Amino acid sequence: MHGPRLEAILQDPKYKELVRNRALLGGALSAITLAIYLGFIGLIAYAPKLLGAPLGAGLTTTVGIPVGVLVIFSAFVLTGVYVVRANTTYDRLIREIIEDVKNQ
Amino acid sequence: MKKHAALPLGALLAVLPSLVFAADALSADTEKQPLNWLAIGMFALFVAITLGITKWAASRAHSVSHFYAAGGGITGFQNGLAIAGDYMSAASFLGISGLVYKSGYDGLIYSVGFLVGWPIVTFLIAEPLRNLGRFTFASVASFRFEQTPIRVLAACGTLVTVAFYLIAQMIGAGGLIKLLFGVDYHYAVIGVGVLMIVYVTFGGMVATTWVQIIKALLLLFGASFMAFAVLRHFNFSPEAMFREAVDNHPNGLKIMAPGSLVSDPISAISLGLGLMFGTAGLPHILMRFFTVRDAVAARKSVFYATGFIGYFYILTFIIGFGAITLVSTDPEFLDPALLAKGKTAIEATLGGTNMTAVDLAKAVGGDVFFGFISAVAFATILAVVSGLTLAGASAISHDLYATVFKKGAAHEHRELLVSKIATVVLGILAIVLGIAAEKLNVAFAVGLAFAVAASCNFPVLVMSIFWRGMTTRGAVIGGFLGLVTAFVGVVLSPGIWVDVMGYPKGSAPFPYANPALFSMTIAFLGIWLGSKFDFSERAKIDREGFDAQFVRAQTGIGAEGAAHH
Repeated sequence: MHGPRLEAILQDPKYKELVRNRALLGGALSAITLAIYLGFIGLIAYAPKLLGAPLGAGLTTTVGIPVGVLVIFSAFVLTGVYVVRANTTYDRLIREIIEDVKNQ
Repeated sequence: MKKHAALPLGALLAVLPSLVFAADALSADTEKQPLNWLAIGMFALFVAITLGITKWAASRAHSVSHFYAAGGGITGFQNGLAIAGDYMSAASFLGISGLVYKSGYDGLIYSVGFLVGWPIVTFLIAEPLRNLGRFTFASVASFRFEQTPIRVLAACGTLVTVAFYLIAQMIGAGGLIKLLFGVDYHYAVIGVGVLMIVYVTFGGMVATTWVQIIKALLLLFGASFMAFAVLRHFNFSPEAMFREAVDNHPNGLKIMAPGSLVSDPISAISLGLGLMFGTAGLPHILMRFFTVRDAVAARKSVFYATGFIGYFYILTFIIGFGAITLVSTDPEFLDPALLAKGKTAIEATLGGTNMTAVDLAKAVGGDVFFGFISAVAFATILAVVSGLTLAGASAISHDLYATVFKKGAAHEHRELLVSKIATVVLGILAIVLGIAAEKLNVAFAVGLAFAVAASCNFPVLVMSIFWRGMTTRGAVIGGFLGLVTAFVGVVLSPGIWVDVMGYPKGSAPFPYANPALFSMTIAFLGIWLGSKFDFSERAKIDREGFDAQFVRAQTGIGAEGAAHH
């Protein structure tokens, strides 16, 4: 695709919204994923005692167990947030952009 | 692996991939077991069914589109299962549960590292990849650039990654099969190689996909059953499971906290980045996104895959902890000779700690379930090596032969023929190298595969999608710098320099366990500087092509025709 058709899409406010929105969400979620993971590694490297502390008086389960499981769970949830958002907002915007192109 | 238990972080991290890939179950020293007919029977059933599928797939794999991408006809859910089947190797099943069995909490750290790459794939890679590409990730990375240099670069990245991952899996397969079925190492490697060649040459991506789907279902079912049986034993109380594990484990409470992973944060971060971004650069995984109809299905398939893989890693954690109580206290699973020598019950477990999951299968499900899990472990290896071989063959036939050599004017049936020849050659090569490399450190091979994927494939791919300023020259400079530094970094790291090559401890020129932090930085810097100072005519074309590429990556306009041919 090139020429006027490409120009039209680039100028389409819906396209601009899609790009801005997706870059923002994708970037933010990537940063959160990286922060959670590096935070987890940081805890292991600098505060292993914290992860090894019992979850409560008399318990064998340590703080690290739910923390680790939560990191795994967060990967799934963050992925889900993106997919839900994309399924609802982005797919609709893309359909509308394609319609706009056809109508020109 | 026992000798590593006492080493500090660097060494432990260096052998991580070998833990995950069950290196010691897989090394040449494993004892041969008596023939296990039940397991062989169940495995034969799996082979019969998958060969039937291959026959069916062969009748539909006449076009290159079917061969490389299953004609784009796989649904998001099916592809999610297939991705999971491609990614969950037998070794991560046996290796992580074995690691948990041996050292407790540390196993969870590895599970996390192998999962966190998936959100990144979802947010940055999956949709643009599907919108821009057809058969290989090189088609995306080269979208607006000069074809020859980028395709050659991507093919190098693909082949190095695939070759080392494949060798690791072959060594793994040989050792594991010897252990599980009592078959000689050579025959085991040849058997795996031949089956893989048959699946891929005759069935292409369609057969590979279904082998991966069936394997994923079997593995998820088997692991779920074991985890359920463990939890039921403890009346569904994780606290009770942990308490008894601590009571029965020679390391006691230590298994509930991070162990030796504390002394060197740089290595930990470097390895973490390597795992995270390596996942997003594995060619056989990226290739799976071309098997679905559109970007919507691609996005859904990563979501399902992330769910399955995360669930699976939590199961391996339960399996490992459960086995501490259910396996290490049962004399049936312990080697009396080792016990007599003063080894702990964990160290004396039959077949080594990497057989934990298989031993637990017997403990909770008897001989039949033991046979089932053994067969699943083998099926798992087959599914992974098939995906790898297909990715390697595509790089040769589509990127090198059809695009670079024939300048895009190859006859479809000639290209198909080349890809089948490439599959056979890769298969034979994998068998030969698998046998020759019987004693090779699996950690080296897998560490290199992930490091190259993270330092060459990923930077080139992600920058080509998102950075307008990238030029052909910048991509080639950065990509090859990443590839070379990752390779050199692995070779000069303590894990290879000291442990494999035998130089004195502390003499490794590169002091960290994994090069990814450095080689990725060099790759991105190389791409950036190489592009910034590129004033050639070609650079202008490369930059001008960005808008059209970006619109298609975002909206999929222009990509609709890619799925059906």
